[in-house]
Amino acid sequence: MNANDTLIPHIGVVTDIRIDTPDVKTFRVNAINADGTVGGKVFEHMPGQCAMLSIPGVGEAMFSITSSPTNKEFMEFSIKKCGCLTNWLHAMDVGQQITIRGPYGNAFPVETELKGKDLLFIAGGIGLAPLRSVINYVRDNRANYGDVQIVYGSRSMDDLVDYKEIIDEWMTDDGIEVNLTIDREQEGWDGHVGFVPNYVKELNPSLNKTVLICGPPIMIKFTLNGLKELGFTETQVYTTMELRMKCGVGKCGRCNIGNKYVCKDGPVFRFDELGELPDEY
Amino acid sequence: MQEAMINKAKQLLADGTVNRVIGWKKGEFVYDITPAIFETAEELDADFVYNEFTAANVSKYLVKESKKEGKILAFLKPCDTYSLNQLTKEHRVNRDNIYVVGIPGGPKLDAEKIKAKGITGITGIKNENYTLKIETVYGEQTMPFYEAISDKCASCKSKKHVTYDELIGEDGDVLESNRFDMVEKLENMTAQERYDFWRAELSKCIRCNACRNVCPACTCEKCVFDNPESGVENKAASNSFEENMFHIIRAFHVAGRCTDCGECSRVCPQNIPLHLLNRKFIKDINSLYGEYQAGEDTTTKAPLNAYTTDDCEASIVHERGVE
Amino acid sequence: MLRIAIDKIDSLFDAIAEKQTLYIPVDREDGAAEYKKYESGMKMSNSLNTLRSAKDFFFPQTENLVEFKMEGKQIEVKDIREESEDFVIFGVRACDARSFSILDKVYLVDPVDSFYKNRRDHGVVVSMACTRPAETCFCSAFGIDPTAPEGDVSCWNDGSYIYFEANTEKGKAFVDSISSLLEDGDASSLENVKAETKRILSLLPLSNLSTDSFGGDKLNEYFNSEKWAELSESCIGCGTCTFVCPTCQCYDIKDFNTGNGIKRFRCWDSCMYSDFTKMAHGNPRISQLERFRQRFMHKLVYFPANNNGEFGCVGCGRCLSKCPISMNIVKVMKALEVK
Repeated sequence: MNANDTLIPHIGVVTDIRIDTPDVKTFRVNAINADGTVGGKVFEHMPGQCAMLSIPGVGEAMFSITSSPTNKEFMEFSIKKCGCLTNWLHAMDVGQQITIRGPYGNAFPVETELKGKDLLFIAGGIGLAPLRSVINYVRDNRANYGDVQIVYGSRSMDDLVDYKEIIDEWMTDDGIEVNLTIDREQEGWDGHVGFVPNYVKELNPSLNKTVLICGPPIMIKFTLNGLKELGFTETQVYTTMELRMKCGVGKCGRCNIGNKYVCKDGPVFRFDELGELPDEY
Repeated sequence: MQEAMINKAKQLLADGTVNRVIGWKKGEFVYDITPAIFETAEELDADFVYNEFTAANVSKYLVKESKKEGKILAFLKPCDTYSLNQLTKEHRVNRDNIYVVGIPGGPKLDAEKIKAKGITGITGIKNENYTLKIETVYGEQTMPFYEAISDKCASCKSKKHVTYDELIGEDGDVLESNRFDMVEKLENMTAQERYDFWRAELSKCIRCNACRNVCPACTCEKCVFDNPESGVENKAASNSFEENMFHIIRAFHVAGRCTDCGECSRVCPQNIPLHLLNRKFIKDINSLYGEYQAGEDTTTKAPLNAYTTDDCEASIVHERGVE
Repeated sequence: MLRIAIDKIDSLFDAIAEKQTLYIPVDREDGAAEYKKYESGMKMSNSLNTLRSAKDFFFPQTENLVEFKMEGKQIEVKDIREESEDFVIFGVRACDARSFSILDKVYLVDPVDSFYKNRRDHGVVVSMACTRPAETCFCSAFGIDPTAPEGDVSCWNDGSYIYFEANTEKGKAFVDSISSLLEDGDASSLENVKAETKRILSLLPLSNLSTDSFGGDKLNEYFNSEKWAELSESCIGCGTCTFVCPTCQCYDIKDFNTGNGIKRFRCWDSCMYSDFTKMAHGNPRISQLERFRQRFMHKLVYFPANNNGEFGCVGCGRCLSKCPISMNIVKVMKALEVK
């Protein structure tokens, strides 16, 4: 019985909590080392992969790892308050231990299909969380990728996750174009106003780009339609899915779309792969 | 009877009284019959069945069906009409959207009782003068009809239809039933014996929820036991006392509303006599508040829902529980 | 072939139980059979099969996974796993014996489920060939021969003797351990027994059930079938079919606060339940139609798509006997089938 079991979690320590928006916080998680010190990561991952976080007695749920694997110091999770567990996480203080297991699922194909490509990231609201991992991975391996365009929208200026990082880092990088939008006019905002799908159409991105989308299902649906109208094909668009998960390893039986388990075969799918599966997500 | 029912259904479909029919659909064998909705004469001719194995109470389906467009014809056995009346009283069904044709009831047979005799490979069952002639791949077998009668029919309380728009055949009477015999037997046990009886029975529970889901008195849109926010949601079957409480709490919840239709015990895959819990409540209500039959009509207030100055004192109930 | 006279079977059970835990099917008071831990004097049931399947031995309905001690901001993880004791399950039918290899394809693939594997490693499956199949049986449709059951050891009963044949290393070790009680004897009578069982099988009402038109390549064709509405319309959304099924393997993970720490356990779950796929922000399967469809698509299409065509059903017939409304996989297959 010495074998590790994926259902038995590790302990992580929350070493920093950043308030991103009124309902999103980003939690920095470090490992407890053999000598008792706190530092480093609990495990390595690739951009797009997820981890099961839990407060025993409260619940356990799957979250995407928002930090890039190129960050060797810590892992980060941007988490929106929307249920029992996330309420608890939002109420905790620095120093709190949590349980963590993973990494789970596949990753965006950053080392294969995305290599050398011009990339278009499209995110809505908390949907930036999984893409941020890829964006920072690409920024840290800049020579491997072409132009980068990021279209990011949220309900309001206050609901833009990672706003500081976007302004201070992404927007100052060479070869990265950042297009922000918010749903409604707001005082202090002189940027674009409007929904993401329309904004993407207005921007009319060039058709050689490979697209990575994440956001609310309705945004994904309309954005994909818009991209198709512009001439994009499903084979050049990736997304990441979320369904109810309990085990993270394709055994508990609830996160399937057709014969594919989102926790194991996903969460990253190319739209042509999704198109072959039953429409149940 | 089956033919008369099919003809009645066809007639009511044809003259526009109803736009669909809820009844029973034949299965692969003689006994595996499924409640089903029929919309055309062709469907009725092909699959409609009414025989000794159509035990399922279709009343609960009317909660959903009566909210749909158009009137539905429901063939109801006497016991099923009590369930419908109770649902009408609780405003769970739209009675105006239901056309009830009362049909004679049981006794219905329980295939499990036939199989329990070791009879297997069943390909046909005939009732000849109250002897069942059972065709099997191992040759013909026989057994007395009464030994295969389902538990719910063995202690039938009434042959009377308490609600109907029309009847096929004669209406019957409320019966002097033996349904409280086993309850009395349990009451006469010592507390320890009774505890042991229920622990043995309830520990068989696999938490499949069939009893709850089939129960016409259990019509909550969201059961507390399914609701993570309730704090009592639980799928584990760990044979602890807490798990057993599920059934006791459910019996409390349907007390005064349970018509004693017997579906809970009929569907239990582990053959737990769940109806005995409900019957204990019915018997107690009868003795403490006066005779009351849930579902007998759609207007009388249930004893547990109505306060009168003649009500028994809570302490009387409490004292009765002291050995 | 090694064999033991049926009237000596009690002494065999006593001898096995002396060394390790033995489970045999016994009759309950209500006539149903269930596996019980053997104690001297127990009689093996003659029924065709147990009410609950044998999956409980490897995938119990509820089991503790891990415990946590919470103190202030600190969490201590307690690995409570222990090496399982050795045990023997006697009298497993061919359908249930095959169900283990189906469960293996879920629980023993990477990452291996150590809880399941632990029990699997320590359990010896002694199967028993069928002689009196029931009308609800349709294992043949899934390529199972009930006269030649899988398992670590296969057994046959000719009415006078029980014959043993080891199929695995574990099985050989088991047969060796009881060999002093067995005798070598002529097994030719078994040919007649098997032939008679096969004759009966051909007479069963479901003997013609075919799986030919199902499989992983029918994903959207069957998913989008208009038959689901009618098939699922009277489903009451209980978990009976799932819980009596030997191959249903979905589970839930929950925490329980004991007041002195947190126990994390898993328990069987059912795709028929309304909260199975419910999330904080929505549910992809809101109707019973979708939940009902999931269960049968899983067994007839999704599972074969991921497992080289093998179906997630063994034709044991328990759901046929136990569904409160008598809806089941056979009716679904017959209604759905597109040739």
